[in-house]
Amino acid sequence: MILRFLLALIFLVCTLQMTIALDVDDALLMGSKPAKKLSDYRLFSPGLDGMPAGRVTPYTLNNPLFTDYAIKYRFLYLPEGAEPAPLETAKPLSFPVGTVLIKSFAYPESFREPAKAIRFIETRLLIHKKNGWKGYPYVWNEDQTEAYLKVAGKRLEIPVQWANGEKAIIPYAVPNMNQCKGCHVSAEKKLAPIGPKIRNLNRSHEETGLNQITYLQELGYLERGEKKPAELPKVPEPFLATSGSLAERARSYLDGNCAHCHSPGLPADTSGLYLDYTETRPVHWGLNKPPVAAGRGSGGFSVDIAPGKPDRSILLYRMKSTDPGVMMPELGRAVVHKEGISLIEDFIRSLEE
Amino acid sequence: MGMALKSTLFRFILAVFLVSAGSVHAASDFLIQPGPDAQEKLQEALILAEPGQVIELSEGVFKLTDGLSLDVENVTLQGQGMDKSVLSFRQQKGGSEGLLVTSSQVVLKDFAVEDAKGDAIKVKGVDGIAMIRIRTEWTGGPKPTNGAYGLYPVQSKNVFIHGSVAIGASDAGIYVGQSENIIVRNSRGEFNVAGLEIENSYNADVYDNVMTRNTGGLLVFDLPNLPMQGGHNVRFFRNKSFRNDTDNFAPEGNIVGIVPRGTGMIVMANENVEIFENEFYDNDTMNIAVASYVDDFDDENYQPTPKKIHIRNNVFGKSGTNPDPGEFGTIVRETVGTPVPDIVWDGVLPLMDYLFFGQKEAERLAIHDNKHAEGVRPFGNANMIMHVIAPFLHKADFDMAPYQKSYPSLPPVKVVIRGRPAEELVN
Repeated sequence: MILRFLLALIFLVCTLQMTIALDVDDALLMGSKPAKKLSDYRLFSPGLDGMPAGRVTPYTLNNPLFTDYAIKYRFLYLPEGAEPAPLETAKPLSFPVGTVLIKSFAYPESFREPAKAIRFIETRLLIHKKNGWKGYPYVWNEDQTEAYLKVAGKRLEIPVQWANGEKAIIPYAVPNMNQCKGCHVSAEKKLAPIGPKIRNLNRSHEETGLNQITYLQELGYLERGEKKPAELPKVPEPFLATSGSLAERARSYLDGNCAHCHSPGLPADTSGLYLDYTETRPVHWGLNKPPVAAGRGSGGFSVDIAPGKPDRSILLYRMKSTDPGVMMPELGRAVVHKEGISLIEDFIRSLEE
Repeated sequence: MGMALKSTLFRFILAVFLVSAGSVHAASDFLIQPGPDAQEKLQEALILAEPGQVIELSEGVFKLTDGLSLDVENVTLQGQGMDKSVLSFRQQKGGSEGLLVTSSQVVLKDFAVEDAKGDAIKVKGVDGIAMIRIRTEWTGGPKPTNGAYGLYPVQSKNVFIHGSVAIGASDAGIYVGQSENIIVRNSRGEFNVAGLEIENSYNADVYDNVMTRNTGGLLVFDLPNLPMQGGHNVRFFRNKSFRNDTDNFAPEGNIVGIVPRGTGMIVMANENVEIFENEFYDNDTMNIAVASYVDDFDDENYQPTPKKIHIRNNVFGKSGTNPDPGEFGTIVRETVGTPVPDIVWDGVLPLMDYLFFGQKEAERLAIHDNKHAEGVRPFGNANMIMHVIAPFLHKADFDMAPYQKSYPSLPPVKVVIRGRPAEELVN
């Protein structure tokens, strides 16, 4: 009964949006050249406080990537009449041509009030064109009225105030188009989405309270399957103690923050360190594994994860660094993720020597 | 058709413009000059270039703040010479290498990459990469804070390195890993931990290179737990590896940290390595070590002992008189004494073979027709297993007789880039 009510509500909202917003410019999205201005695509309605256009739907992930404490807003757009993505559990979902994945990065004026005075920094689009996925970074202007394409990326200095009142400047790097592919790459060396995997999406949808898998299926964005969400793979939320054991949450964190490169066939497989959630061979997820090409990234330690000894583990050493020749991940981070570090520290300490 | 015409017209106009401006760079599609916007201009060119195009670096020092990357196939990036066009990463704030190439059929030539925060030039997962007269250098001398690798192609096919220079890498100056069909020639490595290293690779020809003032000159390694392993068919010939006298400065934890100061060459694991017509001299610890993988490992597909290593027609000068006091050097000194024999085998075999059967004849070291300095033993089996399990029973073995045999020479490696032999890309 409740379900039906909610679904009705969703469809009402969707329809409503479609009537008040302009249609998304599919032709422009599918064109060979990217638009110079983000607004040209009409993915968000002007004058409606950036409200998503019809069929542009927000979603969230269980184990999002840390990016300098930026707040991220994710949206998924499938054009009218597009086939739903097949329900597969091993890889990121294969959304059809015409799909756009949208991720906006923003900071509040102060982390004391993280929901207030939000300033948008950049919006990244992953567009599934006829000849494959393409990634484009758009950087917002000072007035927050428009975001402009920056092919070669951009270095920004972002003033922030942390929750403890301290002020800092984040040397934020908007990636260039090649750097998009540094992470967003498939085993076939093609640009590809990372986040939308069943195991990351399998959670409650914030706007409706439905399971997000169910929600996407109801929208026609995802193929229905025989299995209910509860029977599908799921990673726990790394920082929600009730969502899994320490080891599960730590592996989920590493999955979300490292496995886009550290998996078989992906950019960091040269190291033999595989941090995807499904890796079961201890040496490959780092246990007592010597480095291969770490250079000074080893920090003078001899293995990636030294059980019981976080302060002797290369993996943690590299998470704690902000030196570009040492730090991991290599991109998208200029400050350390204190909460992530303490989670991995606890995890390594809990491993038997 | 319209596009092609337009593009031709555009190039024509560009050419006219460049010629009229008195420039000689009409052949390139992008000309990048040093200056405050060099980072953005160069990275933009590396993104917008189309297959077949040339990006040219003018003379000067390009001060860069972020790692560069190229992901377009069949692009040439060329400067005016390895001492004239310099990409300096001293101010680098982001990116873990100086230049990253992830597209095939790329040619890099005549420029330098200095002071990258991580590796200098990394090339990953491509078919066809030429690096011609490239210099990679950390200008502050050998330091553990230098990046790991200078020229670093990995998981690639058809790799060609010619006339290049690598200085100051805290791991290997020239490092080819998990790759196949490789030529490294006429290049120089100085003040690196390892001058030149071939690792987990198949079919490599390494010749006419000069390695000096490194910790160790030439390395051929095979490591466990990697997507590509079982390194084999590697030829090293007409190289010079001498006076490698820099203390090992590798950050701890790296396998290359084991290399003793003053090593001409190390063969670790691998099968079918042919070493001929090289010169080794003035290496304080030893000229050539043939060894098994040194650490514990958990990988049932891995072969830790070297097989069919063929060492012939080399010239060995005086070396091995002052072994490195570190772990490896000390073991060498203790097991085979000084002056250390020119070729040292650790004698490690799978335990059953060691105890009962001995090494299979078909896999045994082959050594013949080398020239040795007077008063130096040509060969020593360090008998490392006994040294570890029962030191009081340990005795090294200097008898050459079992190894005076030969293997057929390995075939030359062919590297094809842009549809023709890579050698033709020089000039």
